[in-house]
Amino acid sequence: MSAISKVNTEPPAGTGQVGSTAAGTGQAGSNAAGTGGVGVPVLEVRGLTVTFRTEDGPLSAVDRVDFEVADQEVLAVVGESGCGKSVTAMSLAGLLPRTASVDGSVRLDGRELVGADKKTLRSIRGREIAYIFQEPMTSLNPVFTVGNQIGEVLRIHNGLSRSTARKRSVELLKLVGIPSAERRIDDYPHQLSGGMRQRVMIAMAVACDPKVLIADEPTTALDVTIQAGILDVLRGLRERLGTSIVLITHDLGVVADLADRVAVMYAGRVVETANVNELFAQPKHPYTAGLLAASPSAGRHAGTHRLNEIPGLVPVLAEQPNACTFADRCSRARDTCTTEQPLLTAEGTPNHHVACWNPVREPVEV
Amino acid sequence: MYALELEDLVMHFGPVRAVDGVSLRIRKGSVVALVGESGSGKSTVGRSIVRLLEPTGGTVRLADADITHLSRRRLRPHRRDVSIVFQDPAGSLDPRLSVGDIVGEPLRLMRQRDTTGPVAEALRRVGLRPEVAQRSPHELSGGQRQRVSIARALISSPALLVADEPTSALDVSVQASVLNLLADLQRDLGFACLFITHDLSAVEYLADEVAVMYLGQLVEQGPRERIFGVPAHPYTQALLSAAPVPNPVAQRARQPVLLGDDLPSPIDPPPGCRFHTRCPVAVEKCRTVVPEARVIGEGGHQVACHLVSDDGTGPDVRERPGRWGGESIQTQSNETGVAR
Repeated sequence: MSAISKVNTEPPAGTGQVGSTAAGTGQAGSNAAGTGGVGVPVLEVRGLTVTFRTEDGPLSAVDRVDFEVADQEVLAVVGESGCGKSVTAMSLAGLLPRTASVDGSVRLDGRELVGADKKTLRSIRGREIAYIFQEPMTSLNPVFTVGNQIGEVLRIHNGLSRSTARKRSVELLKLVGIPSAERRIDDYPHQLSGGMRQRVMIAMAVACDPKVLIADEPTTALDVTIQAGILDVLRGLRERLGTSIVLITHDLGVVADLADRVAVMYAGRVVETANVNELFAQPKHPYTAGLLAASPSAGRHAGTHRLNEIPGLVPVLAEQPNACTFADRCSRARDTCTTEQPLLTAEGTPNHHVACWNPVREPVEV
Repeated sequence: MYALELEDLVMHFGPVRAVDGVSLRIRKGSVVALVGESGSGKSTVGRSIVRLLEPTGGTVRLADADITHLSRRRLRPHRRDVSIVFQDPAGSLDPRLSVGDIVGEPLRLMRQRDTTGPVAEALRRVGLRPEVAQRSPHELSGGQRQRVSIARALISSPALLVADEPTSALDVSVQASVLNLLADLQRDLGFACLFITHDLSAVEYLADEVAVMYLGQLVEQGPRERIFGVPAHPYTQALLSAAPVPNPVAQRARQPVLLGDDLPSPIDPPPGCRFHTRCPVAVEKCRTVVPEARVIGEGGHQVACHLVSDDGTGPDVRERPGRWGGESIQTQSNETGVAR
């Protein structure tokens, strides 16, 4: 408690308590806040489209993606390799290379980021929208100490003096659960374990108290006992600092652990969005249902149970067709599926959206 | 009776004590999962079994033949008894060879001339069409490549398959088809399998028995139902509690045991029980006395922990209130009396 109370931009005491109880009641409270459209979302993405120019012609990576993230909400963007989830994440603050053309709209607190000039983006990155990536070692500079690197963020963005920045860095390291922070601050990245490095990355990312933290596969390179600690830190950030989190992952266990709401991506499109409990209990897109049934679950052995397989391969798309891109792998496909693109529409409950001409309506056993 | 017997296997790389006394037996036709986190030495065990590495100490017996220190030439007749499948199918298939050449290579090394028929049969078994033999590995998807690796490994009808993280590089939906395939093949062909992985859900799906490794040593082994149902070692308990399950309601009712991030180095492993530096229930004895593996239950359930009694009762770190791992945020919120 003491570590966090020193962080200067702490949310009002009331907010902190709400956060803590939300963890106790299985996130029910946050879910309601996340999707009920209370006020303006912190991050609003509309029609986001990313196309890469390649030697073999254009490559459509992201196609008209819509989602929004509410205050203090954890939105998981989940999908398999090549579905466009990381490209979506990178495009939010203009991190893609010049070979990518980005269209559509990304509004952070009402401010448009697509097409914004370099100076604007630079002032937003770090201060309002921050990233952590899968591999902390390649994101840290090996020749500077941890304290140096966190301090740099604080000195550049917040104009803190060297000594204040150092003090603040120690607080941040405590916030992310690094023991003996006063000592570890002078360590170089190679002296830290993988989990500690990821904690340092998180400390750097939240140094300027960003509104939105984009975590791109933050635990994928880590062992499960280490992962559990990092997920705990992320949960704490949301509860204590009120940070909204966009969690990019392929791991359904991580989604189940941390997310309030989920957007499922397939071949560059969002095919389903729902509250986390609803998505797992009643998936409506055949791809989501297939994915959930493909993961082994507790107590099931090959002797008595068979994992669901999704036949076929993910398409590599030059251009997005006017059709469902999952149709040729889908057992529920009808004629319409190959001639017309299904758009996200509410199905069942108002907060559950699915892009499918023939969504799963029967109860699913997961 | 046993396809594989490891006795006190030791593998040191200079000062690095990667594997430090592992004893493990695999009955013919059964699947044993070797579970552990990165740096536990599980892959080194696998590589010692297929003699990609020559062990520093101990013995490796394949179907009663001691192969621990055999020369390359003397080892050759035993090569057909054991095969290995690696994690990264792209890196373990020669890009200059056709799929047919890759799959048939083990037979050619065994002086078999015509491999066309067996190759077609091996491809069919793993669910690939015979035409794939003419293709080159880069033309295939990750899942198809892993099928090619499995076809190559099984073409010599080995009594033992070492599968080293065979599904870890694959997407969930592809993972499912490879796990199903391994289960089908194992049932139909009856080979024994050492399934090396960090993925506990895959272990529960595929394995008959489970061996848990920590810092070069086995801490617990036994039948699948026992390891998942009544895990005795605090590390096994922590591992099981930390792996998130893909079910938000169930997952949020669980409380992972946080161990702290600092894994000791295998260059200078802790004295006594190697897990004591991260163990939430360690006592003084754990810091000084090395725990011996003891049988504590049916099916040869063994554990190496001072705190577990001979009938298998002992502490369950999952039931302890509060969390472990230094000044973590949740620990602090627990101090303020907020239950999770």
